[in-house]
Amino acid sequence: MALKTDAVGKEWPGSTYQVGREKIKEYANALGIDNPVHFDVEAARAAGFRDVVAPPMFAVVYSSPAVGPAILDPEVELNFAAMVHGGQAFEWDEPACSGDEITTTAKCLSIEEKDGKGFYVFETNSVNQDGAQVARGTWTLIVRGV
Amino acid sequence: MALNEGEAIPELRVTPDKYLPHRYAGASGDFNPIHIDDEFAKMVGLPRNILHGLYSMGLVAKANAAVADGNPRALKRLSVQMRGMGVPEQEIVVTGTVKSRDGNRVVVDTVATQGETALIKNAEAELEL
Repeated sequence: MALKTDAVGKEWPGSTYQVGREKIKEYANALGIDNPVHFDVEAARAAGFRDVVAPPMFAVVYSSPAVGPAILDPEVELNFAAMVHGGQAFEWDEPACSGDEITTTAKCLSIEEKDGKGFYVFETNSVNQDGAQVARGTWTLIVRGV
Repeated sequence: MALNEGEAIPELRVTPDKYLPHRYAGASGDFNPIHIDDEFAKMVGLPRNILHGLYSMGLVAKANAAVADGNPRALKRLSVQMRGMGVPEQEIVVTGTVKSRDGNRVVVDTVATQGETALIKNAEAELEL
């Protein structure tokens, strides 16, 4: 069965995430990251950040709420039960700090079939309250048995 | 460290405890039951509850950031392939080698393995030092 590719190029409306100190701390603790710039506002300011700064991979926390609606969009026809997260990329610009409001939009870049598997690629673009680029993500989701 | 081409970055070894997937689920917001419910995971054919792939990617980011003393501005780009399934209570080893260096820009090839299983393959990190 050929994969449905109508959703390629589709964009979803932005989802806004409010970055907070306790959430950054929780993420850093789960990863065992102990740099004080993630925990202590004075240390973060001394290092030149506006406030407690998130580790780069905190990008998944503020950008994944934008990916959910894209994956679950009936037009995409992605079989969620047979999906694995096969690849991920991020490019970072302005650091994400506590107090930031980050808006992420998602877009479907491609849907392709390879070796009986469906490869669904989505892009996210995250921008802060000042309009500065924070991160761009590429999410590759693989669906078995298409 | 000089970080010349071909040089290894310091190895990162982490053994996620039994409850790590629960803490990562809370931190990340990803509560997929295959990560936090051992019974559910077995029911869908997995050996047990498995680690989040993005947690393993987070360890790869951490190992690379460590090269820049943990400076969160240093990591400019990271792309990975998630392959094998990671499980709690078994050591993960993250290793990396400098692929190229152009002034203060360094590209590092990184892998994360657990026993014989490659969790993260073909990871490429770009750092600005």
